[in-house]
Parts: sequence; C-alpha cells; structure tokens
Amino acid sequence: MATRLADRAGLLAWLFLLPSVLYIVALVAVPFALAIAFALSDVSAGDPSYDYVGGRNFERVFDDPVFWRSLGNTFVFTGISMVLIVVLGKVLANILVADFRGKWLVRFLVLLPWTTPVALSSISWLWLLDSIYSPIDWVLRFFGFLGPGENLYWLGQPGLAMTSVIAVHVWRLTPLAAVIMMAGLVAIPRDIEEQAMVDGAGYWRRMFEIKIPLVLPVAAVAALFGAVFTFTDMAVVRVLTRGGPNDATQVLASWAFYRGIEGGDVGQGAAIALFLFPLLLAAAIAILRVVRRIEVW
Amino acid sequence: MAVVEVRELVKHYDGGRVHAIDGVDLSAGDGEYLVLLGPSGCGKTTLLRTLAGLEVPTSGDVLIGGRVVTRLPPRARKIAMVFQSYALYPHKTVFANIIFPLRAQGVPPEERHRKVRWAAELLDIGPLLGRKPRQLSGGERQRVALARALVREPQVFLLDEPLSNLDAKLRASARDELKRFQAEIGTTTIYVTHDQVEAMGLGDRIVVLAAGKVRQVGPPVEVYDDPADTFVATFIGSPPMNLVTREGRLVGFRPEHLLPVEDVRSPDRVSVPLAVDRIEYLSGDRHVYGVASRIGEETRVVARLPATVDTPIAAGETHDFAVDARRLRFFDAETGLRAEPVRLEG
Repeated sequence: MATRLADRAGLLAWLFLLPSVLYIVALVAVPFALAIAFALSDVSAGDPSYDYVGGRNFERVFDDPVFWRSLGNTFVFTGISMVLIVVLGKVLANILVADFRGKWLVRFLVLLPWTTPVALSSISWLWLLDSIYSPIDWVLRFFGFLGPGENLYWLGQPGLAMTSVIAVHVWRLTPLAAVIMMAGLVAIPRDIEEQAMVDGAGYWRRMFEIKIPLVLPVAAVAALFGAVFTFTDMAVVRVLTRGGPNDATQVLASWAFYRGIEGGDVGQGAAIALFLFPLLLAAAIAILRVVRRIEVW
Repeated sequence: MAVVEVRELVKHYDGGRVHAIDGVDLSAGDGEYLVLLGPSGCGKTTLLRTLAGLEVPTSGDVLIGGRVVTRLPPRARKIAMVFQSYALYPHKTVFANIIFPLRAQGVPPEERHRKVRWAAELLDIGPLLGRKPRQLSGGERQRVALARALVREPQVFLLDEPLSNLDAKLRASARDELKRFQAEIGTTTIYVTHDQVEAMGLGDRIVVLAAGKVRQVGPPVEVYDDPADTFVATFIGSPPMNLVTREGRLVGFRPEHLLPVEDVRSPDRVSVPLAVDRIEYLSGDRHVYGVASRIGEETRVVARLPATVDTPIAAGETHDFAVDARRLRFFDAETGLRAEPVRLEG
C-alpha cells in the first residue's frame, strides 16, 4: 500500500509549522530587517528614496538629550511598573483564588482593566486626571487636602505626570499578572498548604515561606510579560501626556514614534526603536535564567 | 486514658446533602495504634482531617488530651499529620523540611537542631539532610515526612494512607518500618487506609467505617473472626466471607474454613456439598469456586484450601466439603446484623 500524506510525520511537521513560520517571518523578521535598513538610511517622509548613510542616525540620536531622557524614563517606567505589577498581581491573585460570596463580581471587576481597550481606558483616565476638572482633585478638596480652587495638575508636573503614567499602566497590566499568578497559586498542591497549617505555620509564614517561593517561577514569567509590555508600550504615554511636560514622560517607544512617524524622520525613528531590541533581549534572557535557577520541583 | 476522643461527630457537605461523617463516637488510648478502615468515600479521611483541624465538624466534639479542640486551628492541637503524598515542601531541603514545624512553633535554635539530629538519626536519614525532596525515593520521602512529624513531639500522629504511593514491594517493608517506628516512639497513632492488609497488620484496634458510620471497632482478630455485620464480613478477608441464605438468616463462613470433609476433624461439623466449577492456584493455596447446597439456598461460594490439604479436586465434580460448626456466623437477612447462632443439622 502506498504511504499516505498522513504517514509522513516529517513532512506533516513542516506543513503544520508553515503558517506560524510565515507569520513570524512576515510580521517579525521582515519589519525587524526593515528597521535595521531604515536606521542606516536617510529615508524620511518627504524623501522616501533609500540612501545608505552608515551610523549617522545613531550619532545624531546620541547627541540628542531627549533620547537619553527617554532611555532613562523607559527604565524608570519599566522598573517601577514591573515591581508594582508583580506585587499587586500577587495580591489580586489571592483574591481571585479565594472562595467567598459574590466572588464572580469581584473577579469580573479585577479583570476589567485588562479587557478594556487601552485607548478607551486611557481616555477615561485622561478625564480623571484633567488639570482643572479632575475628580481626584474634587475628592482631595472635599477632604481638605487641597485648598479651594487649588489643583494638582496631574499631567502638568513632571513628577506627577510620570506617577500618573505609571499608575495607569500598572492599573491596566495588573490583571494579566494576577491571572498568570493565579495559575501558579492554583498549581500548589492543597496538601502542601495543609501540611504547613498542621506544622503550625500561621498565615504570614505560609505566605512567605511556602506560597511565594512556590509561585516564584510563575511570578518571574508575569514579570517578564510585564516588562516586555511596559518597555514597548507607548499607548498610555501617547494618550495621557504625549511625552510631556517637557519630555518628562517620554519613553523610547513614544520618542521613536514622534521622531519617525510624526516628525517624518524615518531613519532616526528606526534607530531609536532599535534600542528596544537589545534591552528586551537582555530582559528576556535574564528572567528565563532566573526561572531555570529557581527550579522548584 | 483516652488521648483522642470524638463524640457524636457529624460532618455534612453541600448543605446537608452529603453525610461524610454521620454520628461517630471513638476513642484512642495512650500509645494505641488505631486504624480507620473503609472503602473510598466512607468518611475515614474526613474523620482524620477533622481530628487534624482541617475540617470543622457540623456538630459533635473532638477531644485531644482531654481538651475540647473542636474549634481550634491545627497548630493549637499538638498533632502531627503525614499526608498520602507526604507533602514535603519541594523548595526546601530535607533539613529545612524537618526543622520547619520547630521554627513555626518558635523553638530556640539549639533545641531545633538537636531535635532534627535526633529525628534524622532515628529514621536513618542523616545523609539525606542536604537533598531536595525531588532527589529522594518514595521510601526516603516517607521517612522524611515521619521525621518532620516526629520533631513536633505530638500527642497524636495522624497518618493518611502513607503507603499508597509506594510500589508493592516497598510497601511491605515500609509497613514493617512504620510499625517498629511507632512501637519505639509509643505515640498514639491514628492511621487511615482502605487496605485491609495494612489495617490487620498495623492496628491494635481497627475501626471499620462505611457511609460515614462506624460498623465495628475491635482488635484485628475480633473484626476478622466476629464481624458485627455482613458489611464487615465481606469487606474484610480475601476472598471475603461466604454468605448463604437460610430461613431468614444468612449463614457466614470464611473460605479457609470450608474444607474437604475429611480435613474437618471436629465432630461437630456441617457438611456442604460443593459443585466445583473453577480452581485457582494462588501462592500455594487453592481457591475452589463452586455452588454450595444443603447448608442453605444454593449459593456460589469460595473455599480456600491451604497447601497442606492435598485432596484431589477437579472442576466439574461435586465434592463433599464441611465447615466446623463453631466457625459459622449468623446474620439477620434483613438488617445484616449479627444474629443468635442456631444449630444446623448435618
């Protein structure tokens, strides 16, 4: 009997892999190669012809203080967000796994920030943080923390603007981290927790000596996602502050966008965007190594 | 003195639809090895978890060391529990696993180390102290779990099927080890199992449970020889007790007491013609299956002939068997409970 296609495992493997390979080549490899090519050229919105210029774009980027500021902001933005996302994600995960009356409502509310389109939710935050009509200011005024007619200008002051951007971003990403860590918490055998109870451990000892160490590899994965999403994110910055005031909230992704797309200097935009790559690569490798070193089981 | 006592214990789940424990009274004396035996779903594990404080009973009380602990959390009960899975903390070394309950109790550091060394020596796991649980074999894990239970110097050990994760060969030696360990420590132990061999081998007394109720409590010999009802009679023993209906009663006899008539020396014997249909050879014994008559309604029964009985028996023939009358047990056909013995002719 002749061999059918279904018998040829090697060929089938290629066949089934093909769509994802095509997808990765078309949507990851090609744009990446294009970015490198553009970064070495003088392509701009006004003059799309390709001329090789070597490292000139990078030299100009290095001379630009806004680039250094964006780079620093990106690290601040990512570092603080990541810590908050992991810690709050763990707290929310505890709420997600808990069994209580009305838990479905709480679960729904916990997940809501993640399921809402970022553009919409950022716009509602834009209103909440409005310079004059901010409801947060109303509340502060009501309790006497602000004098009558006083405003905090959430998005108008450098420190507060960064705080706002981080807060909104954390608010948005925490549910994702919570769901990932919930999977980790649920995977801890009930026996282990009950054994700790029988062994005489109270709530905090069980939390810090048993649950957190066991959930650590999963928390590292949540942190990786958090870092990658934060590092490459510009939606919150774009909607809330457009990088302002005075580039105080400018991050690499938004700066690349303003330079390359809005400013029309595609070559420079590409050069700035390329800086995301080594940093992301380093973050991914670092966290994957942590995961392997912990090797709980 | 009773170290552990439960009074009229009831545990319902799902708003009373499931009766996991349905009015249980029990007590275990000082140093006693009490085995809770029953089929899965009989409530034995729920009972053990209630003793540990992992479940709160619907009603009734748990007393440990004469003190009512029903509402107390596990850590206030002076108990140690070994789970079926051993539940070793996978991220901690053997040493850190064993010392964990001592740290949780706030035992001073020198005292902790002294106790860990003592437990490690007793269970012969000194060389394993630096390893992680995943690097241990099943038997080693059991010993580590026991050491962790031991260092607390509890009033009671609660063991939940600790042998069921081991392979058959290891199980026998681990069972022996458990028994010797308890004899050496002398701590009251409550042991849950569905395996009657473990129960018979380990228990000072056996508690037979079914559907959340205690069917019988007694030493292994008593539970085996004088079952309180047909459930115990057929749950314990392999093959189980034969039951034959006769005039509103059930006549019960163990397979090893149904022997060829010439091997029953007692003058007071009841003869049972057996239409043999199948014979099995199992570790030297012959299990003879067939239909018994005369002793009651015709019923399929099993006889277990020890290797010392060499009467030739073949499938297809009817052979004269007999039971020593003193070995017969009688049960009420309706309730299944033990009934007064009657004299059978034959």
